[in-house]
Amino acid sequence: MEFKDYYQVMGVKRDATQDEIKRAYRKLARKYHPDVSKESDAEQRFKEVGEAYAVLKDPEKRTAYDQLGADWKKGQDFRPPPNWDQGFEFHGGDSAGGGAEEFSDFFETLFGRGDFRGGFTRADHGSFTARGEDTYAKIVVDLQDSYLGATRSVTLKHTEIGADGRPAVRNRTLSVKIPKGVRSGQHIRLAKQGSAGAGGGESGDLFLEIAFRPHPNFHVEGKDVYLNLRVAPWEAELGASVKTSTPTGDVDLTIPPHSKTGRKLRLKGRGLPGKEPGDFYAVLQIALPRAETDDQKAAYREFASSFDFDPRRDGGDRQ
Amino acid sequence: MTREKRNNVFQSEIIETRREMSLSDLCEVCTVTSERVVQLVDEGLVEPEGREPAEWRFSGRSVRRVVVAERLSRDLRLNAAGAALVLELLDEVKQLRQRLNRLEETDES
Repeated sequence: MEFKDYYQVMGVKRDATQDEIKRAYRKLARKYHPDVSKESDAEQRFKEVGEAYAVLKDPEKRTAYDQLGADWKKGQDFRPPPNWDQGFEFHGGDSAGGGAEEFSDFFETLFGRGDFRGGFTRADHGSFTARGEDTYAKIVVDLQDSYLGATRSVTLKHTEIGADGRPAVRNRTLSVKIPKGVRSGQHIRLAKQGSAGAGGGESGDLFLEIAFRPHPNFHVEGKDVYLNLRVAPWEAELGASVKTSTPTGDVDLTIPPHSKTGRKLRLKGRGLPGKEPGDFYAVLQIALPRAETDDQKAAYREFASSFDFDPRRDGGDRQ
Repeated sequence: MTREKRNNVFQSEIIETRREMSLSDLCEVCTVTSERVVQLVDEGLVEPEGREPAEWRFSGRSVRRVVVAERLSRDLRLNAAGAALVLELLDEVKQLRQRLNRLEETDES
């Protein structure tokens, strides 16, 4: 298991005061909040920061963590020393304050699951009604699932009070129809799939918030889908027809002559489907071939001598 | 759930494309109390049609606004007014980005 350097995650010194840690946390929480941040790894960072803060804000946990010593490096293979937590008593305490849903193995080995919330957040309202509570969770689906519609098997974790009276995490797997055209951030409702009602009462509804699994090539904004399309300098300047992958299959895309890096080519209506479908954009990125052989170097020199071109003087890409 | 249900495929509907929702629908989808929704309406964070809470009709778009407001309140310790301000600024950023996109060169293919 990897060692986690919580001080590094929070960007504070090992001797930081509790106030400094609190301030660092609030700043990072604003920066990486997934609903606000445009950083692509915001959600991951937000979770890490939440986990680090859960340890460092709590003097008991922080002291225990410090006991491990300052010699550990981030990512190092970690095994807790035997009886490392002897003499420390951890009180459950509240959750990280962040939307931290699941902490790392590292955290759980040191501090246990305790009262920290599982991946299934449940509303607190409605204490004990005959109808089961509505339940809410986030699921990750592929972009293609929205294009074509799909049936996906979804595993939900939730906490139940076991026969021994202690909370235990249970898994539940459902096959769910993913409606065509669904977008990230939208919610789908599965009638009567929430928590079971008490005394045979009706179950509540299950609501799932949709998120897309990051795709290596495509990225989605609302209903529009973007692709960074790499083209050769001659394709961009002379024009070309290039095979381009879209989520619905390959298309031949016409690159107009004199295209610059950043030029967007739109395929209308090829974004996410729907009553008003989104658009698909190929954003051109000019890729330079690397000159390795003498012939290739000569080609570049010949290229240079054919032009009276000074990218500084001519304003480079923009002209 | 029960074993025989496991093999079934559950149909689902997209909440946001529903045209309108009542106060209790919205509370149900977002797992918030009606008092909380009243608070958010007072801040103008969601704007239902209709005068009285019992007559209120919310658009499907309200779901996302309420859910995000709840997360911001919880994670960044914002009050309803602060969450409403953040949502307005996020809307503005989104509009500016879209405008920037349009101004940058785009070609129809």
